Amino acid sequence: MKSMLLIFLLLPLAAFATDADFTLVIKSHRFQPSELTVPSGKKIKLTVENKDDTPEEFESYPLNREKVIADNSSGTIYIGPLAPGRYPFFGEFHQATAQGVLVAQ
Amino acid sequence: MLETAIIVFREVLEAAIIIGIVAAATRDVPGRKRWLTAGLLAGLIGSGLVAASTDLIGVMARGVGQELFNAVVLGVAVLMLAWHNIWMSSHGAALASNARSVGNDIRDGRSECSVLLVVVGLAVLREGSETVLFLYGIAAQGAGSTPSMLLGGMLGMLAGAAIGYALYAGLLRVPMRWFFAATGMLVLLLAAGMASQAARFLIQADFLPSLAAPLCDTSSMLPDHSLPGMLLHGLIGYDARPAGMQFIFYVAVLAVIGIGMKWANHPRRSID
Repeated sequence: MKSMLLIFLLLPLAAFATDADFTLVIKSHRFQPSELTVPSGKKIKLTVENKDDTPEEFESYPLNREKVIADNSSGTIYIGPLAPGRYPFFGEFHQATAQGVLVAQ
Repeated sequence: MLETAIIVFREVLEAAIIIGIVAAATRDVPGRKRWLTAGLLAGLIGSGLVAASTDLIGVMARGVGQELFNAVVLGVAVLMLAWHNIWMSSHGAALASNARSVGNDIRDGRSECSVLLVVVGLAVLREGSETVLFLYGIAAQGAGSTPSMLLGGMLGMLAGAAIGYALYAGLLRVPMRWFFAATGMLVLLLAAGMASQAARFLIQADFLPSLAAPLCDTSSMLPDHSLPGMLLHGLIGYDARPAGMQFIFYVAVLAVIGIGMKWANHPRRSID
């Protein structure tokens, strides 16, 4: 019941929040930048550009997001509104090198 | 190699759980093996096609084509599972006691099997296309480690399939008088979990508001990527950090199918 109340309290927030646009580039199985600072409390429109010749899967457990980005292609992922904090993400297909973190402030 | 095995295992597991439950739930439907195989093959061919057109699907709908595609695939699967469960509620008792005539068996079995085919095909399509992309990526890199990684992929696939089969074999051991209740419950939870996933994709595509993201966080107790987390995700749609909208979808599908099953079980009562 408490969570339902929370949902309705948050509804107006969701309606008034405007998108903030950010871009991540994947090159040589690494994210550029590997640390991206975004505003908290706002919906984020994240564009992921894959400049490698192999597909990659953007994945983040704390953000609860996963998306395959085809080789030499790009995709859009909507995130948030986030509470301030650090949200690590990685490229599932090249986990050894493709690591990054989203910092919400 | 191990890393590859784990990634492929994760993708295969979800489809394997769905196939295991669906195969068990339809144990008495005639000709179901042929339909299952057909669904599996169609799903495999489809996942190759989807993988090959990932960039095309990806750029559709201003960069969120993949999310919409996944949401539609999941939505259709939810409808099919709902139909299956409601159909079973009206026929399950008869099936259990073998009271129906052979003619009815074949007629009803056929329509039931087409649903089965679709659900299995869609499960393989969704999970298979990501596996195909991943393995294609390995092959495309052409590094020296390719054979060992492909071996890892094979191991992951076998492990996933083994769990699906274990689930199927275990369900077949459930005594007949509980069998339809057990599989009905599993199919119901499977459908609710898929609905929650569909909601997640629609939130990710900004087609739905998240209504609290996350609603709760149980990742410190039971992480999504732990083995129990993965199993529960496949079985009942467990999500360590669900959005509020996912929760609403989950409960709504549980309620709608549950009411449909009750209604189908007592068709006379609604007329009286």
